[in-house]
Amino acid sequence: MTDVLERPHAASTPARVVAGLVRSREIAVLSVLVLLVVATTLKNHPFLLSSTGWRDLLLTPSLLLVLAVGQTVVIITRNVDLSVGSVLGLSAYFAGRLFIDHPGLPVPVVFAACMLFGAALGLVNGVLVAWGKVPALVITLGTLYIYRGVFLTWAGSNRINASDLPAGFLKLGTQQVLSIPVLTIIAAAVLAVVGYVLHTARSGRELYAIGSDPEAADLYGLKVGRRVIAAFVVSGALAGLAGVIYDARYGTVSSGAGANMELQAVGAAVIGGVAIFGGSGTVWGAAIGGFLLVTINRALPVVGISDFWQQAVVGALILAAIVLDRVLARRQDRRLVAARDS
Amino acid sequence: MNETFQSTASGAASGGPLLELEGVQKSFGAVRALRSGTLRVDAGSIHALVGENGAGKSTLVKIVAGVYRRDAGAVRFQGGDVDFRSTAESKAAGIAVIYQEPTLFPDLSVTENIFMGRQPVRSGRRIDRRAMVAEAESLFARLGVRLDPRRPARGLSIADQQLIEIAKAISLDASLLVMDEPTAALSGVEVERLFAVARSLRDEGRGLVFVSHRFDEIFALCDTVTVMRDGDYVSTEAIKDTTVDALVAKMVGREVGELFPKTPAVVGDVVLDVRGLESAGVFHDISFSVRAGEIVALAGLVGAGRSEIARAVFGVDTYDAGTVTLLGKRVAPHRPRAAIRAGMAFVPEDRRKQGLVTEESVARNIATVIRRGLARGGVLTTAAETRASGPWAARLEVKTSALDMQATTMSGGNQQKVVIAKWLATNPRLLIIDEPTRGIDVGTKAEVHRLLSDLAGQGIAILMISSELPEVLGMADRVLVVCEGRITGDITRADATPESVMRAATDRSGATTDAHEVVTA
Repeated sequence: MTDVLERPHAASTPARVVAGLVRSREIAVLSVLVLLVVATTLKNHPFLLSSTGWRDLLLTPSLLLVLAVGQTVVIITRNVDLSVGSVLGLSAYFAGRLFIDHPGLPVPVVFAACMLFGAALGLVNGVLVAWGKVPALVITLGTLYIYRGVFLTWAGSNRINASDLPAGFLKLGTQQVLSIPVLTIIAAAVLAVVGYVLHTARSGRELYAIGSDPEAADLYGLKVGRRVIAAFVVSGALAGLAGVIYDARYGTVSSGAGANMELQAVGAAVIGGVAIFGGSGTVWGAAIGGFLLVTINRALPVVGISDFWQQAVVGALILAAIVLDRVLARRQDRRLVAARDS
Repeated sequence: MNETFQSTASGAASGGPLLELEGVQKSFGAVRALRSGTLRVDAGSIHALVGENGAGKSTLVKIVAGVYRRDAGAVRFQGGDVDFRSTAESKAAGIAVIYQEPTLFPDLSVTENIFMGRQPVRSGRRIDRRAMVAEAESLFARLGVRLDPRRPARGLSIADQQLIEIAKAISLDASLLVMDEPTAALSGVEVERLFAVARSLRDEGRGLVFVSHRFDEIFALCDTVTVMRDGDYVSTEAIKDTTVDALVAKMVGREVGELFPKTPAVVGDVVLDVRGLESAGVFHDISFSVRAGEIVALAGLVGAGRSEIARAVFGVDTYDAGTVTLLGKRVAPHRPRAAIRAGMAFVPEDRRKQGLVTEESVARNIATVIRRGLARGGVLTTAAETRASGPWAARLEVKTSALDMQATTMSGGNQQKVVIAKWLATNPRLLIIDEPTRGIDVGTKAEVHRLLSDLAGQGIAILMISSELPEVLGMADRVLVVCEGRITGDITRADATPESVMRAATDRSGATTDAHEVVTA
């Protein structure tokens, strides 16, 4: 008996990669983004074809991009982190206080301190979710208000102004390397590191496994609690980082900093094809989704669409993404069943 | 002389004890799932674990696997005492388990499912996907499985999923491999391949535990067999020293007691008539009828398709062909509301999840199904609910101080009565009840049984699904035995014995060719 294993789909590796790209959600969202930028630029050339246009196109999404990457790590595990907006605000104020209270503190130390601070807040979320066995939606809704409350009490009527911040730090907000803004480079670096870990490290793959079927993950002997906590810590640390980026970008921090950003982060992930029930999706998709979300908000006024419709378009985009997901998932289910029976 | 020599030789081939359990106990609330779990598996042998549903086999397996922790007793593995607190610990110790239900990650590839948590890595702890796929392919070649290792697990048949579970367990390179009914969904060829692998693992000196209901497979594969009954250890013997009949007798050997106060009822006209019901891959050609005042039991092994048949009759699940007729009228498929209106009531298997709104009051629970009739101008008042449910609760002697108590605070027996009360309030002509006394203590069991008997006496037709043989034999006027999606026996009360029912429940003749289509519950 020749027990040669026949592969039902003996496609070569390059062909497989190409086929995967064509079907990939990331490419679809990227195409929409490119179309949007092209269309807006045709209507209004400086949108892209000017030095500030180009800079703002890359710079504005950097904040949401960092948040969306962190949010994706959490959503992949079948959880959600609604506290990131408040963590961002707290961290932005914390960074400001560091610069005011400890003049001369090196900028990288402030970055590190804020990420640690965010990580600690994320740890609280993670521990409550993993050990309290309470849905993350409820826990992080609670910490959303608690962290915001801490922020309001701490800051009082104080606010951080650009004049409080060192000039070298503020320069980060506008500086460009090879015409690419530094903050965008930071966001891209975060994206690359997290994306790489999720794709190639055991810990990253286990996050997908946990989100795909938490009970099976338990039976596999995966350390579910520890991994979920780690996901929240990553999300918190990135929200902390986003806080510093906020300071560098806007120069001022008032008590409203970061409000509602958590919903944008979730929206970015959903638009980018991250399944809200966990187990699938990539940070690349979420990043492109965030880019698209921010760019639409900037493009619609340029092409003369009213405020009301701007909000509605974002909502429609999220709904369209979910409908598309359902349709694609059903088609894929059929394809997979067919592949089995062939 | 020669024979003696040979048997000594085969005895020497198997090593010392690999796994030993002694007097292991495990309770879930008031239910004692395992009273005296005892098992001894030698290295280099295949050990069968048999028993009826609820005998405690799966509980024992899960204790060995570290899913549950024992309440008492001793577990020794490779000579040392062990107390696994998690599946990770048992895995690390060298125990691989294939569970009854496949547990895969649907979003991940087949390969990732096999190697999750222990993927081959290159420098920098990067997962080596190419090596991983190659390993999966060689595993599949050994098992003779034709599957694309890169495809996601989503959409695979139960049989394919089970094969992935097997590949996963084998790749663990464990010294003890526990298989909890691994063949339930497999076809004949796949079973043969699995057995060949199992034998080669045995010859390498590993120990295997094989939980199964299929005696032909047990006798073809295993060296020794342990029988369990009602959570108790019964016996262990060499396969060559026993017979199917002897094993069946040990599995069921018990008096069908006075626990079951079944009083004969006048059997009237046909209430439910099911003809040629068919659902691809679940059940085939199901035809039977239930008369007024009659209690008909659907017996069979877990996963035989009993609950699925009941769900299809009631319209929760859809079916591909066949008819369901109640009191002479066709009942539309897949329409539970129509079934309720026609006079059906359905008490599901898992009352906490499917039958009760556990956080709500008893009164509201009883009134749920009839709430439309109770509402005045679209408004449903608590007073109306309490008024309507009071008589029912009283009639069923639901022991709860007040109807406004939360259902969740009651005992299992009383919860079950609330669920039954809820349905009786609709004046049903047919009551379908799935596992009426699961998880209920012995005292209350008798009360539920008396209630069912009374209801039959009032002319209600009852279709009862039960995995407990004594309950089936004690309560049923007629026993329909389901095996692998087909009715393999229609036994009257007079002819129903533990042996006749078990025989029909494990009868695979006529079902074998379709075996790979049968879905385990």
